[in-house]
Amino acid sequence: MSDMSRSGMDRMKENLKALKQTVIGSFLRSGRPTSDRSRAAVMFNNFFLHVQGVKTHVNTLRPAYTLGLGLASFFLLMITTVSGVLLMIYYNPSIENAYNSVKDITYVVFAGKLARNMHKWAGEGMILFVLFHMARVFYTGSYKSGREFNWLIGIVLLIITFGINLTGYILPWDQLSYWAFVIVANIIASPKELTDSLGITQYFDIGGFSKELFLGGLTPGKEALTRIYLFHIMLFPILLFTVLGAHFWRIRKDGGLTKPENFLTTAVDGEMLTLPEKKGGIFSTNKTYGLMELAKGRTPAVDKDIENTVLSWPNLLLAEAAVFFLCLAAVVVYSFYADAPLKELANPLIPENPAKAPWYFLGLQELLSYSAFMGGVGVPGLALLGLALIPYLDREQEHVGIWFSSQQGKAVALRAMAVGAMVLIALLVFVINFGWFRTWWPNVPQLLITLINPGTIWVGFMIAWSFIVIRKTGSTRMGAIALFTLFLVSYVILTYVGTELRGPNWDFYWSKSQWPVH
Amino acid sequence: MNSETRDKAVVSRRDFLGTASLGMVVLSALSLFAGIFRMSKANVRYEEATKFKIGTAENFPVGTVKKLDDKGVFIFSTDDGLHAISSVCTHLGCIVAVSETGFQCPCHGSKYDENGKVIGGPAPRNLAWLEISRSVDGSLMVDTASAVPAGTRLKLIA
Ligand code: HEM
Ligand code: FES
Repeated sequence: MSDMSRSGMDRMKENLKALKQTVIGSFLRSGRPTSDRSRAAVMFNNFFLHVQGVKTHVNTLRPAYTLGLGLASFFLLMITTVSGVLLMIYYNPSIENAYNSVKDITYVVFAGKLARNMHKWAGEGMILFVLFHMARVFYTGSYKSGREFNWLIGIVLLIITFGINLTGYILPWDQLSYWAFVIVANIIASPKELTDSLGITQYFDIGGFSKELFLGGLTPGKEALTRIYLFHIMLFPILLFTVLGAHFWRIRKDGGLTKPENFLTTAVDGEMLTLPEKKGGIFSTNKTYGLMELAKGRTPAVDKDIENTVLSWPNLLLAEAAVFFLCLAAVVVYSFYADAPLKELANPLIPENPAKAPWYFLGLQELLSYSAFMGGVGVPGLALLGLALIPYLDREQEHVGIWFSSQQGKAVALRAMAVGAMVLIALLVFVINFGWFRTWWPNVPQLLITLINPGTIWVGFMIAWSFIVIRKTGSTRMGAIALFTLFLVSYVILTYVGTELRGPNWDFYWSKSQWPVH
Repeated sequence: MNSETRDKAVVSRRDFLGTASLGMVVLSALSLFAGIFRMSKANVRYEEATKFKIGTAENFPVGTVKKLDDKGVFIFSTDDGLHAISSVCTHLGCIVAVSETGFQCPCHGSKYDENGKVIGGPAPRNLAWLEISRSVDGSLMVDTASAVPAGTRLKLIA
């Protein structure tokens, strides 16, 4: 045996012994994150972390500022993605097998029910949290100072979130899916209501055309299911992730999240400062530092010289981990107790009575019950347009980063909420008791109903109220607060009415227990 | 003519080619989208035909209403003849049921009279009356894609 080979073997042995160190070292090339420098390196060397800054502003880390809502939306999306891939192992997108495969997932497949419940509840949770997140962004004025475009990106994310949920609802192909699908397909065809009253359907049947494209035929059948599946697992997810990438990128490029102009630190903020790990030296390694020592001489502001930022590792990442585990825990616990519904196999001959869309669209379905075109296309289109235009119609740059902008903002929001709720409820009570034009004059032309119905009257009221607020306060921001608050109020009230108070034949019932038995 | 004014009046070759190629790009992109849309509009449908046989007139004694569930039509037989009314609600496509006053939709409460005329609820149009014809073998045929004016009945020769 030559010296050469022995030393080769020796080196090999050494390499093996050092394996743990070298592997970790190759991953953490700047060493363990124990100093400011290496903590910073973790953030900018890691592909997944580098979209976030090395340092984070203290305001961003305050739970009461963002409420973690955008993050929660993102983590719910992660949960739906993982559980969705699991469901795809067994799901079969054909009208012969779809229902049975979902039934198998629910009742036969190991842990299938849990995966399905988690997918369903995390997905629907996204709707809630994306709306909450939008409200947070709105009320803190975070659509201003360069973030106008990110607000638009957000609107696109909102639409995709609705789309992905809706297409998912159709996949089990049970009675709920089928009749929701029929309703949606006809909403797509509802411009016909308008073209019919104008007498131009023969020449320009945009409604019928879109419906045929959507269904790949005239009725919801196997072509249609293939398309819905395509949308749910390919088109919408790809779009969502792409647009979300742009959303995060823009946050970074816009200089992180908004913060108040005159930001003041508090004593608690000092706890976020991390210190280099002590190795020897004058003080013992176990010495802990109190805030007084750190912030000495510069109280109450901590580190004013670095503009109130702290290292993202570990501060931001810990906060994110906390939100993630909260989301995961909430979804698991909820999924353990509440099961995703599965009704009988789709039956095109027997409509569900009442046939309801998924809950997040029941507010729209209430509007649909006045006019299909206005409820399904007109009013939601206007609402999205209004939301999208907010940053461009309100360009005041004061009070960015402050909840409700000012005391006045709070008052405006409260008043809009109270007045809006009263007016909308009064309108609904009126319609439920007295009906609408057709109840009084059976021969009224459809065009009149399409144009003047409770839905359009309500939209008119929202716009008028906002203008009044702008006139009175001289501030477009106050007008925007009023408008957005009215939007939230109507979403909540209409959804509640559609979900809880509407029974068979879309008649009014105080509770489900009063529904007639049939 | 001095050369400066000439330059202004005439589009330079570079500008022309630039604009022309941009135009071509836009045009190709538009045709690509049009193609994708056209591709998505199915040429073949795996659906049941809209036209179907319902048997001979003996199946429909005068004074009866038959609901052909799977086809979405009601066949009415009266002294004046046979007529077919679609059972698909014109609001959002639910299946209506016969009620005391005519028809009633379970989904958003549209009501129609016995001739399919809207008398309540959100339905924008009357229920369609459908064409009944006689096929060569003597049986009757309904076409759900072919609407006829309300009141159109097929006279039965006794
Ligand atoms: C899938 C949906 C969405 C996800 C996953 C998402 C995620 C996030 C995250 C993680 C942040 C960081 C701050 C925070 O957590 O609050 C953020 C900020 C932001 N989001 Fe979203 N978002 C979504 C939808 C929306 C919508 C619907 C809007 C508004 C229409 C919106 C507008 C914004 C804006 C303007 C910011 C910057 C806020 C600031 O500077 O303070 N996002 N988003
Ligand atoms: S589908 Fe018949 S009333 Fe809406």
